Amino acid sequence: MSSISIRNVRKAYGKREVVHGVDLEFADGAFVVILGPSGCGKSTLLRMIAGLEEITAGEIRIGDKVVNRLEPRERGCAMVFQNYALYPHMSVAGNIGYALRVAGVPKAERERRVAEVARVVGLENYLSRRPGELSGGQRQRVAMGRAIVREPKVFLFDEPLSNLDAKLRVQMRAEIRRLHKRLAATSVFVTHDQVEAMTLADTLVVMNGGRVEQVGAPAEVYHRPRTRFVGAFIGAPAMNFIDGTMAADSFTFDGRRVAVEWPFARAHAGRPVALGVRPEQVELVAADSPGALPATVDFVEELGAGRVVYTDIDGLPFAVTLSEETDLAPGERVGLKLLPQSLHFFDGETGLRLGLAESVETSRAAVAAA
Amino acid sequence: MEKRAVFRAGSLAYLLILPQLLLVFVFFYWPTGAALYWAFTLEMPWGGGNQWVGLENFSAVLNDAKYWSSVAASCVFAFAATALALAQALVLALFVDRQLRGSKSFRSFYVWPYAVAAPAVSLAFRFIFAPETGLVAFVNQWWPGLWNPSINGAQAMTLVVLCFAWKWIGYNFIFLLAALQSIPRALTEASAMDGAGPLRRMLDIQLPLLTPTFFFLLVINLTESFVGADSFGIVDILTEGGPANATNLLVYKIYSDGFKGLDYSGAAAQSIILMLLVMVLTFIQFRWVERRVHYK
Ligand SMILES: Nc1ncnc2c1ncn2[C@@H]1O[C@H](COP(=O)(O)OP(=O)(O)O)[C@@H](O)[C@H]1O
Ligand SMILES: [Mg+2]
Repeated sequence: MSSISIRNVRKAYGKREVVHGVDLEFADGAFVVILGPSGCGKSTLLRMIAGLEEITAGEIRIGDKVVNRLEPRERGCAMVFQNYALYPHMSVAGNIGYALRVAGVPKAERERRVAEVARVVGLENYLSRRPGELSGGQRQRVAMGRAIVREPKVFLFDEPLSNLDAKLRVQMRAEIRRLHKRLAATSVFVTHDQVEAMTLADTLVVMNGGRVEQVGAPAEVYHRPRTRFVGAFIGAPAMNFIDGTMAADSFTFDGRRVAVEWPFARAHAGRPVALGVRPEQVELVAADSPGALPATVDFVEELGAGRVVYTDIDGLPFAVTLSEETDLAPGERVGLKLLPQSLHFFDGETGLRLGLAESVETSRAAVAAA
Repeated sequence: MEKRAVFRAGSLAYLLILPQLLLVFVFFYWPTGAALYWAFTLEMPWGGGNQWVGLENFSAVLNDAKYWSSVAASCVFAFAATALALAQALVLALFVDRQLRGSKSFRSFYVWPYAVAAPAVSLAFRFIFAPETGLVAFVNQWWPGLWNPSINGAQAMTLVVLCFAWKWIGYNFIFLLAALQSIPRALTEASAMDGAGPLRRMLDIQLPLLTPTFFFLLVINLTESFVGADSFGIVDILTEGGPANATNLLVYKIYSDGFKGLDYSGAAAQSIILMLLVMVLTFIQFRWVERRVHYK
C-alpha cells in the first residue's frame, strides 16, 4: 500500500509562505501529474513528499505511515531530477547500482539487477561509460534506471523531460507511461508542460501560486475547469475570455448583449462574470448571420493540420481554430457563433466556475447573440 | 562602432612589459643563474675570485650525514604539516558546508591566519608554547619536563609542524569549501534519495568530487612546506633548526650554511638539489596522482 495523502501541508521559507495549505489524496498505483506555471510551488511540494524539504505545517502520509519526520531514505521514494543529477565520477553501472551498494546488496545480485534495469531502459551497451560521455536522452535513461533499480513504492519526477528536445520528449513520455504500467508504483510527476501533463496523467493536479486550483482526470479538467486560471492555463491556443455582467436572461459586455439560456443566470444576475470560450468550440459564420457576434479577422496562423484565426470583437481579441482550409484575409468581417454547450462562466471577482456544484447537463447553457 | 587601438610598432609593447620582465629577471633568473654558477665553483668567503670545481660541491653535500638528516627532517615536516593542514581544513570545510551553507563570514574568518606573516605567527607560537612561561607551561607543573621543545627534537618538530599547519589550514579551507559548495546540491540530494546518510554522502559523493581541488592543494602544500618562505620563517623564529638539528629543514640549512657558515658554494649546491627535488616531486604528483583524480 503506497497511497499518498497530503493534509493541509504548508511550506514557508523564512516568513514567506510558498505553499499555502495543500490537501491531496493519491491512490495506490496512480499516475499523478502536478501541473502549474514556473514558481508555483510544484517542486517544493514534491520535495516535501521526498523528504528533501522540511514540512512547515500539515501532514504527509505514504501508505499509512506519517512521514513528516522521516529521512528521505526511510520513505521508500525514488526521484528523477530535472538535471538528472547523475554522479559524474561513477560509470552508468555505478550510478544505477549506487542505491543497491548503499543498501549492502551483495555484488553478484547487484550486478544482475543493474544489468536487468539497464536492459529495461536500453542502456546495456553503455554500462561502463561515464555520464559525461552520454547524450541527453541517455542520461535521462540512467536517471530513470537509477530510480527503478530499488523497486520503490513511489516515484517522484521533477520536470524530468524539460531538458530534452521535442522528439525525444515524446519518446520518453511513452517510455515513462510503459514503465508505469509495468511497475505500477504510485508516481508523482511535476511539469509545467500541459501536453506532457494531459498525456501522462490519470489524475491531474493544477497548481497556482502555492495553492491547488483543481484535481481531476485530464479530460474533466479540460472540459470543466474549476477556475478561470485553469481554463486559461490548459489548452492551446488559450481559452477566450469576455468580461461582462450577468443578467437574468443575458450576458452583457461592452454595450453588447448576448442572450443566454443558463439555469443559473438568474442566481448570478447583476454580478460581474467572465465568459470563457475555447477556440475550437466556436463556429465561423457569415458576419450577418443571426445570433452571431460580428468580428474582424486580424491574422491567420497556419498549423498544417489546422489553423488559428485571430479575430477581434471591437478591440477584444478572440481566437478560433478551424480544421478546414480557409482563405480568410486580415480585415475581413466574420461572425462568431458560440456553441451553447461549451460556454464556461466564471465569477468575475473570485474566478471560480459558476454553477460548479450542479451536474454537467444542467449547467450547459444555450446562447443566442442579440 | 567600437574603436580598437592598434600599435604597429612592437617597441611600445616591449616597453610596457619591460618592468615585469626586469622583475622576473632580477629576482628569479639572476639568483638562479648565480646559484648555478656558485654550485660548480668554490667561492672564497672574503672575496677574491672563484675556482671551478665541477661536481665537488655536490659530492661534498651528498656525502655529508648532516645533509641527509636534514633531508629526513624536511620530509617528516612536509608530509606531517601537509597532512595535518589538509585533514583539518577538510573537516572544517565539510562541517561549515553542512551547517552554514552560503555563510560568508566564516570564509574571511578562517583565511586570516594565511594573511599573517610566518614570523609573526611563529612569535605567537613561541609565547604560547614556551615551556616555562607560555600558556602550556602548566603541563610542566603537573609533570616537570614533560614539554620542552628546546631540548626534545620530536617536540620541536611537532611545534613547527603545528605552526605551519595552523597558518595553512585557512588557505586550504577556503579552497575546499568553495569546491564543496560548487558541487550541485542535487547530487547530494540524489544520494540521499538513494539511501545514503550524511557520512556516506561525504565519502561517496563529496570527497571524490573534491579530488581535483585536493590534489591542487597537495601540490601547493608540499611544495610550500619543502621550500616555502613560511617553513623558513617558522623554523628561524621557533627553533633555529635545533635542537641538535632536529628541525634543520633543507631551506633553513641552506640559509645557515650560506650566511652563518659562509659556505656559499655548499649552500648553492644544496639549493640546486632542492630545486631539482621539488621539480621531481611536482612531476611525480602530476604524472601519477593526477591520473587517479576525477575531473568533471
Ligand atoms: N530554498 C528556497 N528558499 C527560498 N525560497 C524558495 C526556495 N526554493 C523555492 N523557493 C521559492 O518557492 C517558490 C516555489 O518554488 P518551486 O517549488 O521551485 O516552484 P516550481 O517548481 O513550481 O517552479 C518560488 O517562489 C521560489 O522562489
Ligand atoms: Mg520546479
